[in-house]
Amino acid sequence: MASPSTRGAAIDLKSVSKHYGSFIALDKVSLGIKPGEFMTLLGPSGSGKTTTLNVIAGFTEVSSGSLDVGGKSVIGVPAHKRNIGVVFQHYALFPHMTVSRNVAYPLTLRGIANPDREARVRKALDMVKMADFGHRFPSELSGGQQQRVALARAIVFDPPLLLMDEPLGALDKKLREWLQLEIKRIHRELGTTFVYVTHDQEEALVLSDRIAVFNQGRIEQIGTGRQLYDEPETLFVGKFVGDSTILRGAASTSGNETAIDIEGRKVAAAKRLADGAKPVMLLRPEKLSLARRGKGGQGRNTLPGRIGEAIYLGSGSKYEVVLADTSKAIVRSSLDAETFAIGDEVDLVFAGSDVKLLADDENADFTLT
Amino acid sequence: MRAIDSRNTVPAVAADDRRRWFRGQAFWLVAPALLLLVICLGLPLAIVTLRSFSEPQWGWQNYAWFFGTPVNLTVLQRTFAISAWVTLVCLIAGYPYAYVMTAVGPKMRLVLILCVLVPFWVSGVVRTLAWVILLQDSGVINSVIRAVGLGPVKLIRTQTGVVIGMAQVLLPFMILPLYSVMKTIDLRLMQAARSLGASPARAFAQVYLPLSLPGVYAGAIIVFILALGFYITPALLGGPRSTMLSTLIQNQVLSLLNWGRGGAMGVVLLIATFVLLALAAPLSRQPHKTGSRR
Repeated sequence: MASPSTRGAAIDLKSVSKHYGSFIALDKVSLGIKPGEFMTLLGPSGSGKTTTLNVIAGFTEVSSGSLDVGGKSVIGVPAHKRNIGVVFQHYALFPHMTVSRNVAYPLTLRGIANPDREARVRKALDMVKMADFGHRFPSELSGGQQQRVALARAIVFDPPLLLMDEPLGALDKKLREWLQLEIKRIHRELGTTFVYVTHDQEEALVLSDRIAVFNQGRIEQIGTGRQLYDEPETLFVGKFVGDSTILRGAASTSGNETAIDIEGRKVAAAKRLADGAKPVMLLRPEKLSLARRGKGGQGRNTLPGRIGEAIYLGSGSKYEVVLADTSKAIVRSSLDAETFAIGDEVDLVFAGSDVKLLADDENADFTLT
Repeated sequence: MRAIDSRNTVPAVAADDRRRWFRGQAFWLVAPALLLLVICLGLPLAIVTLRSFSEPQWGWQNYAWFFGTPVNLTVLQRTFAISAWVTLVCLIAGYPYAYVMTAVGPKMRLVLILCVLVPFWVSGVVRTLAWVILLQDSGVINSVIRAVGLGPVKLIRTQTGVVIGMAQVLLPFMILPLYSVMKTIDLRLMQAARSLGASPARAFAQVYLPLSLPGVYAGAIIVFILALGFYITPALLGGPRSTMLSTLIQNQVLSLLNWGRGGAMGVVLLIATFVLLALAAPLSRQPHKTGSRR
């Protein structure tokens, strides 16, 4: 086995578009993935992330643009000649073959005979901790077990690239969290390039080296989880990755300062947008604090509100605060902070320096599926 | 993993309860159908079997006659051969048709299903007479064959004509079981096979075909058995060299009023069919469990 650093393939999508009639599934998507990188394509359903995966896998032909895998163009190369492992949300195990035969299938296709084949099947099943299940049929396994077998089948032929299309989407939360760690471990051990599609931003943050956020057939931002959370470039990214509070209102700019008026109360930040776009303020939950009405928050921005929901999280509390304009703010506070009950009149307090000033975007609203 | 498996014990208990209840009640649910079967099938069959031994006197004479007359054995063999050909033609024509039914959109699927079902609504006699017109020496088919310079081909009153006509009548019995199995095959499995390195042809041969085999067996068995007992189509389209057993039986019973010999022929056909089914049974047994947890 080659060393991990040489085993992954680089992927380069340049200005890839895909049209279905008048519907634009992908709109000039450009994405560079480094060898061995764990790249997650994150976005709501219909955002183009799965289409991108299908384009890389060879299931979907591009309408225009170029696609290189491992430095070679694969445009026009059929899926079965691309040597790319794919893991599907619905496992896609062959029901008429045992676990062992499923995992051996790609090796059989490549003309790899026993005993080499058997050894590699065992190794792959070992890696996903399913070594004892070789003689079973897929219908005799639980969903999590089936997906681990599917993973073994996708890595047994040592592909330089592994694509995963919402592989944990059909599993329950505990199992999902455990398998996330397993996938991370396998990625580390193999050194293969992983491209992972999900609509679950938490999953993306747990797994990825970098995340590409998709919306309406375009990539909004590519970056590490920290970059997306701390420095969202668009309102959509700010809203999709992590919890956030959006302050919208009549905006005024003076010098280097932008102020937003919410039902007669002004909040300001020492920032301004470069172009003439309408600014909105985005705040992360831990950057907000709460005080009883009229107590505290001097010298900082304050907005009056009422506690709409109080959620005890164990490690702290999460509050939903209804502001004067009926929009909702999300606040996370630590265990030792003052606690509030539903209906309490409070002031929302934050520093202008913690505000992310972003251009307003009507397309930033998404529906979770 | 154990934690997940244990979730299934609750519905399993409920299913057990249901099964226990069912064992008590199930008989009454099938009773009407059972009664109908006994009166309309079981009783006449018993009478025919009885008369094959009792007429004109008790003994094996009717069976001795059947197996002692070479023409009977020729016809029996021919009956099985024609049925096998009809099954093969139906399979070759029906398999791609059923596949297309699973692949097209709902509107087109409706059209395709109608195309299969409409012949059911037309009497078999009418359809067979239509085939007489099509297949005759001066018919449409021979006109076309003559036009391209290959003709004329003798179709009417030949075994080929019988096979063509029977296959058309029996095709729905092949297509419907095939379709019902094929529509349960997850086409994403083909995508998975391709991603693992299988060409479209190999993906079909190694994944789709094995998964569709239960439908092939079901359709083949239904068509074959129906073909064995076919009467009208071979009688109208066939000639003396394509007589099937049903025609001989009809001749014995209705023309010669020899119920004993007719009955014996029927019993022989029935037993031969059962033997064949018993031989085919291991084929249709699937090596995998189709039950799914999803």
